[in-house]
Amino acid sequence: MKYNILLLTFFLFINFSCAQDLKPLDEENDSSILIEETNYEMELVFEDENIIWSIEFINENSILAAVKSGSIFKYNDGVKTEIKGVPEIYLRGQGGLLDIALHPNFSENNFIYISYASGSRDAGGGNTTISRAKLINNELVDLKVLYQGTPNTTKGVHFGGRMVFDDNNHLYFSIGDRGNREKNPQDISLDGGKIYRINDDGSIPNDNPFVNDSNAIKAIYSYGHRNPQGIFKNPDTGEIWTNEHGPRGGDEINIIKKGVNYGWPKITYGINYSGTTITKDKKLPGMAQPLYYWLPSIAPSSFEYISSDVYPGWKGSMLAGALVFKYVERIGVENDKVVYRSKIAEGLGRPRDIKQGPDGYIYVAMEKKGVYKIVPKRVMPK
Amino acid sequence: MKFLVNILIIFPIFLNSQSKLESSMENGKSIYNDFCLRCHLSQGEGVEGIYPPLAKSDYLFKNIKQSIIAVKLGGIDGDIVVNGKKYEGYMENMGLYSDEVADVMNYILNSWGNNYNKIITEEYVDELTKKK
Repeated sequence: MKYNILLLTFFLFINFSCAQDLKPLDEENDSSILIEETNYEMELVFEDENIIWSIEFINENSILAAVKSGSIFKYNDGVKTEIKGVPEIYLRGQGGLLDIALHPNFSENNFIYISYASGSRDAGGGNTTISRAKLINNELVDLKVLYQGTPNTTKGVHFGGRMVFDDNNHLYFSIGDRGNREKNPQDISLDGGKIYRINDDGSIPNDNPFVNDSNAIKAIYSYGHRNPQGIFKNPDTGEIWTNEHGPRGGDEINIIKKGVNYGWPKITYGINYSGTTITKDKKLPGMAQPLYYWLPSIAPSSFEYISSDVYPGWKGSMLAGALVFKYVERIGVENDKVVYRSKIAEGLGRPRDIKQGPDGYIYVAMEKKGVYKIVPKRVMPK
Repeated sequence: MKFLVNILIIFPIFLNSQSKLESSMENGKSIYNDFCLRCHLSQGEGVEGIYPPLAKSDYLFKNIKQSIIAVKLGGIDGDIVVNGKKYEGYMENMGLYSDEVADVMNYILNSWGNNYNKIITEEYVDELTKKK
């Protein structure tokens, strides 16, 4: 008991002492100044040699995993079962089978949503597609395309593809700028560089921001994005939060607000990966500032909110995969400011998807390694 | 006279193969910028210890066939040593078509100080990577 109080005091101290607005690191600094978490272990749930791009939980014992090259399997009690009926995928650069999301009432309606690159060389390339199907007896049936980005392009970059539901069964999803940043992100009559919002049947919510704009794509909810590949619903506020791959030094965290322009590529904190300038502007009127930008870039691969009580001191913080540095980053936010950053599981692999399971534990899909569970170390009183 | 005939025959062949290589390299450059540059960077320099260099890479020139197969079919998995440094990562399948693989290989093998004496063709990529 005495030990517990001591521990509690310790955590309170940590939280208090770090409650300041964290500025992005200088380019010269590397990531090593991030605090390294130690009070956990990474427990392998199952091994897999593929790139698992997303995981979802049917229940505590059943994990669905979507493999980028175009397959889905279910992992249950040591057994992997292939899910049949997965649509044909356009495997191209960063594109392939991307995210899976279960309907909030999945246990009643069996609806599963999948995002993927569809298309072919003959069709002029591909673009991001969102479909809904029913998962019945390990098979996707009644597949219906709900949204398809246009036009097709052979470009291999910036498919976006992350999806999440809000509290009113709206589905939010991202499509990246598809390698055409000069045209797509700032034009609401074009796809790409957007966060979209649709109803669970694919129809357009009548309070979407651009429903009365005759030129606009009505599914658009926000624009001026580069390549958002992390998204969660904040369970406390209901808000949709995203992180996005920016240019070099310009990865961002944003809270997605209706009709807002997030500025890409008119404003950014980053530069081209070749080292040349994109724009001199970091701020412009009518364009939202990011909640945070990463310098140096971490290449954020997913975004999850910790709402469970499993991890002492971690509740209410956020996790993002750092593809370039190969760790999971924990991000503490207070009053919409990043106040804390630490790293978890450094060197284990490229973390592609992070999800809190129904048991409250955090699960991480590491590319070509498999799925791990973050387990807090038990503190044993003497 | 014989010399002149030889010149007349050889020179157009030489010109033709030069322009073939140039146009393939031009296509290859745009493929490179879209699919490869993010990791291997604009001068093929890579990132030491993370993404192997392609410029003056001993591994690449010793393993051209294997590299073509890797680009076409899904990367290199496992440890490799490039210019004396170890690389433990992997390259994933980029979904490139054989003609694109040929173009990007021609660009890589003849840029940033690299020089290769043969043109990689679509047919050659197909031959190396056809399913048995």
